[in-house]
Amino acid sequence: MPHLTLVQAINDALRVALDQDSRVVIMGQDVGVDGGVFRATEGLLEAFGSERVIDAPLSEAGIVGTSIGMAAYGLRPVSEIQFSGFMPMAFDQIVCHAARLRWRSRGRYTCPLVLRAPYGAGIHPPEHHSESPEAYYAHTPGLKVVMPATPYDAKGLLLAAIHDPDPVIFLEPKRIYRASRQDVPEERYEIPLGRAAVVHEGTDVTLVAFGAMVSVAQRAFERAQRVGSSVELIDLRTVRPLDADTVIASVTKTGRCVVVQEAPRAASVASELLSLVHERAFDALKAPVERVCGFDTCVPLLTLEDHYVPSSDRIFAALQRTLAF
Amino acid sequence: MATKSTKRSVGPKTVKDVFKNKFEPFSLLQPDGTIKGKEPDLSTEQLLSMHRWMVESRVFDERAVNLQRQGRLGTFAPLSGQEAAQVGSAFALEQRDWLFPSYREHAACAVHGQPWLDILQYWGGNEEGSRVPEGVNVFPVAIPIATQIIHAVGVAWAAKLQGKDDASLVYFGDGGTSEGDFHEGLNFGGVFKTATVFLCQNNFYAISLPRSRQTAAETIAQKAIAYGIEGVQVDGNDVLAVYSVTQEALKRGRSGGGPTLIEAQTYRYGPHTTADDPTRYRKSEEVESWKERDPIERLKLYLINKGVWDKAKDTALWEEVRADTASIVEQYEALPAREVDEMFKYTYAEMPWHLQEQLTAFKAFIAEYGDPNEGHH
Repeated sequence: MPHLTLVQAINDALRVALDQDSRVVIMGQDVGVDGGVFRATEGLLEAFGSERVIDAPLSEAGIVGTSIGMAAYGLRPVSEIQFSGFMPMAFDQIVCHAARLRWRSRGRYTCPLVLRAPYGAGIHPPEHHSESPEAYYAHTPGLKVVMPATPYDAKGLLLAAIHDPDPVIFLEPKRIYRASRQDVPEERYEIPLGRAAVVHEGTDVTLVAFGAMVSVAQRAFERAQRVGSSVELIDLRTVRPLDADTVIASVTKTGRCVVVQEAPRAASVASELLSLVHERAFDALKAPVERVCGFDTCVPLLTLEDHYVPSSDRIFAALQRTLAF
Repeated sequence: MATKSTKRSVGPKTVKDVFKNKFEPFSLLQPDGTIKGKEPDLSTEQLLSMHRWMVESRVFDERAVNLQRQGRLGTFAPLSGQEAAQVGSAFALEQRDWLFPSYREHAACAVHGQPWLDILQYWGGNEEGSRVPEGVNVFPVAIPIATQIIHAVGVAWAAKLQGKDDASLVYFGDGGTSEGDFHEGLNFGGVFKTATVFLCQNNFYAISLPRSRQTAAETIAQKAIAYGIEGVQVDGNDVLAVYSVTQEALKRGRSGGGPTLIEAQTYRYGPHTTADDPTRYRKSEEVESWKERDPIERLKLYLINKGVWDKAKDTALWEEVRADTASIVEQYEALPAREVDEMFKYTYAEMPWHLQEQLTAFKAFIAEYGDPNEGHH
């Protein structure tokens, strides 16, 4: 079985989708000749030609807007915005049109498009290359938001997203694009959207993370384990719709919960998770639920970036506080 | 009742019929250093100053790329090859005018008064480098494409509303012309006749996408017609031609004649940024052919022909600039480590309770656990 990095698993999923479904087209800036700035689309132009793997002019709104038209006509566009920090250039197309076409036309038109974008800090770039913008899109009715954490999940989730009848925002953790490898089956497989994974079962506290934060949470998990704490680690995988059942079942069992995300704290996915836990597992709670997040500031440039991104120390400290409450 | 003619009707003239005239980029300096046409009104001192700015830009650029390769700088966008387009245009500004860079305009920003050290500090991943000194009207680097075009119109418009003739000069690339913000900026500028110079450095590639795939228009300059503003195409490796067209555009703008779109044709010798591999989309012969039209070499030959410069002086200048740049790098590397407070400052005029709380808690965390340094690993 191929042993792939996360970005190779993305590439593999795109290859499978292009190969098995003639409606699938890939569009974005530098996705063709260049193979994508992170090489996510490497080799696809050569394999499938320039009518299916399309180098677009430099316009995010143009890419998303034409993708909406293509999707309405019956294609399955899988379009790329080069960095999630540039998605606001297409915000109107995403939020006011892709998300609402089904609702607006009472189902006469649909918008089965996938918008891929690398997100998050960690590559020492200038501004707007480090954001975690999932809350904007998770807040928008009509959109699904997927954030994979492993190569295996990335392929299965991307294929499910392409298969999905509604628009999906697929945010890729670029910091761990090449961080590790995993066995990834060659054939098509799908991981259903909206379902979390219990990475490690535990009894003392529930630790919820998604995207690039799962591997950081994993280190906090290991440290907690060394000091004798039993942590249940959950990888959300999809942040909209949220898998409330898995999280609530876990918190009902442990009575304690820490939520981790890279994005700013206010009005975020973590905020939504905390509300759900309080609504549905209030009686089980033995301690206040903690959030370990990016700060409510802009993501700083590289000289302060390590301070912004939640570290395993910060997560471990939160676990300790919660357990000691 | 008339019957339909079997002949193909002549039909109305299309805009393509009307605007079919070809035009050549305006140029003054030839690659051999001779001049064709009217010399711009520049003193020897000014000409030598332009030359020095271009040499400083080239040396800074090469040094910055090396620093990035050694892990001493963040991702960097090199400008080598585009010195004339930047220096020639920024040189035409008055101190009071406003300059709006995208992210490759290190030379233009320096000419208009931003210290090289600040520019290095920004690309070294420190926001303090974007705190442009008082009295220097340079906007911070714009990373999203073309957004700064509209801001530049706003500044010149505000000046006009207050009865002043301060102008704005905004830089963007051939890729930037595909963004909606390009259209909106040029349209507002045209409607309100702002003193704005829209300077497109057409370096023929937007990362990997060639100019021919960016727009079906034959030139970028001709897009001006649709907005009712002036447009001109210029040899962007000819510093004197770029200076002349920019100066004329500024004069027209200040006197109420509205904005100008300048297409300066140039070329980046290096990658889009240090994260890019241009050999995937450009042939080395193409890069070499542009190096034969090098903007710095061309001005140097002109200055020598004019009898105001010689090879010995030129060698001495490069050595002096290299030493100055080395000293700037030393200052950059001696900058103090940053305080965590800096991340929270400038979010608002006053820090709200939630940020104060987050800062206090984070400082307490650092006191107990030490500085976080594993976010990336």
